[in-house]
Amino acid sequence: MTQNISYIQSYITIQNNEIVLNGTSVFKIEPTDFADFSKQAYRNFEMQYPKFFKMDALSKLAFLGSELLLSPITSTEQENNIALVLANKSSSLDTDVKYQESISDKENYYPSPAVFVYTLPNICLGEISIRHQLKSENSFFIFDAFNAEFLSNYSGILLNTNKADSVLCGWVEFFNESYKAFLCIISADENTKYKNETINTLYNK
Amino acid sequence: MLREIYINETNCITPLGFDVESNISAILNGDSGIQLHNDVSLMPNPFYASIISDEKINSAFSKISTETKYSRLEKMMILALEPIIKNSNVELNSKTAFILSTTKGNVTALANDSEESFNNAHLDVLAKNVADFFGFQTQPIVVSNACVSGILAVSVAKRMIQSELYDTIFVVAGDEVSEFVLSGFNAFQAMSELPCKPYSKNRTGVSLGEATAAVLVSANLATAKIKVIGDSSINDANHISGPSRTGEGLFRSIQNALKEAQIEANKLDYISAHGTATPYNDEMEAIALNRLDLQNVPVNSLKGFYGHTLGASGLLETVIAIESANQNKLFESKGFDEIGVSEDINVIEKNGEKKIDYFLKTASGFGGCNTAVVFEKMKL
Repeated sequence: MTQNISYIQSYITIQNNEIVLNGTSVFKIEPTDFADFSKQAYRNFEMQYPKFFKMDALSKLAFLGSELLLSPITSTEQENNIALVLANKSSSLDTDVKYQESISDKENYYPSPAVFVYTLPNICLGEISIRHQLKSENSFFIFDAFNAEFLSNYSGILLNTNKADSVLCGWVEFFNESYKAFLCIISADENTKYKNETINTLYNK
Repeated sequence: MLREIYINETNCITPLGFDVESNISAILNGDSGIQLHNDVSLMPNPFYASIISDEKINSAFSKISTETKYSRLEKMMILALEPIIKNSNVELNSKTAFILSTTKGNVTALANDSEESFNNAHLDVLAKNVADFFGFQTQPIVVSNACVSGILAVSVAKRMIQSELYDTIFVVAGDEVSEFVLSGFNAFQAMSELPCKPYSKNRTGVSLGEATAAVLVSANLATAKIKVIGDSSINDANHISGPSRTGEGLFRSIQNALKEAQIEANKLDYISAHGTATPYNDEMEAIALNRLDLQNVPVNSLKGFYGHTLGASGLLETVIAIESANQNKLFESKGFDEIGVSEDINVIEKNGEKKIDYFLKTASGFGGCNTAVVFEKMKL
């Protein structure tokens, strides 16, 4: 292993109708569906971004998580070289299935460009990039389960080769109302707060 | 000091041939895989696309395996990988990774309403099926980043070998022509009525295609075919379904890749561009190339030969571009007639000879993604 000294700066987990930011529960509601949960979370944090309501569930999930991590550290005055490295298991299958339903029945055939565009997992990277004006490295990966070794090595090499100043990396999984997001910001700035943690231990908390 | 990275083996499976050599002779011949198809299971109306015949796939596959459980795309991917894994003699141990890149994978499995079929639509299942055929020991890595997937996979392989997690990485890229994708591009009104015409005045959209391509990426100089010297994938941060009007993401991707390669833009001898033949994409590319003062460098899009093969396109076109460089040949940008982008670029109109030391491969896709990779020919 090359010397990739990087530190976890902040992290967020979204699952089971709850958002936990840096280990503290910041939003929790009674069990409901994701559409309702995401809308309530959006309102709770007073996010002013109407495009949110056009997004599919995967993009909404990634957007909510990234919003709370990136808003405090991005500025409109300067370039923010924060790479996006996200992964999941189900790709965009939740929307793929919906799109497939729109073309399966020839008597009821209504393919929509607004749905088709979300049949790509990396669209959520585009949504985050647009929101925070991140003209930065971005890539989407699929694994059968959370792959901490890959994500930390890949993020490390982006920092190490100066392709990014920080990396937002993690897991955004959504299929059929089952969801989990775990995102964290990694950079070379020394931060001892999470020195005994790895992205794997934080993911499993 | 980071390791230097090379591509050591290449292969591709396309309507023009099932190895690199046959693809190059078809290109030199001016053959195109794009044909008129009349298949209501794919599209209600006749359409142009570049499709591989099932018989060819099955016949080639039966020569390497008697297994019947594989999907059509899995067979195409296995066929692309098989000869290069065999030729390379690389041990598939904990230092050998497998990257699969695709836009839609086995999405055709969704048309069948069974649980087993649904499971096969998962990209990690596709990757496992292909990986297990060969016996890879490491967890497959799937890159799914729309139409830059195939070339982004080369960047990812380079970076992972430089991180020293792996020494050798086999990369496969593949996508199929499906009802799912045809109906989607059609809904976007992005399909061409005639075979696509990248960069031309009368271009009206894409012709879709299908292919698989495979390469071996490593730090092994001894068997190197080409050196990977710089790469970057920058988002436009502009729109999810259309390119930036200023070509910002592509401009920055090329700029960063050249910077890492430590060469000036004027060193590039050839550009293998994306050129989907949609009005906006080709215009965006012309603007980005002009902003980098690359308007005089010979450029082609291979979409006129293969159609737009989605996630496969970036890797397939890299495989062909490596031959271009190693044979010092420029291939025509098929379908091109009269320049139809607002800023001039040097589109290759007919096959020719040119000494190529450095070339650039680019791709762009939905989600505002762009990738640029710079290659250097091996010095003899």
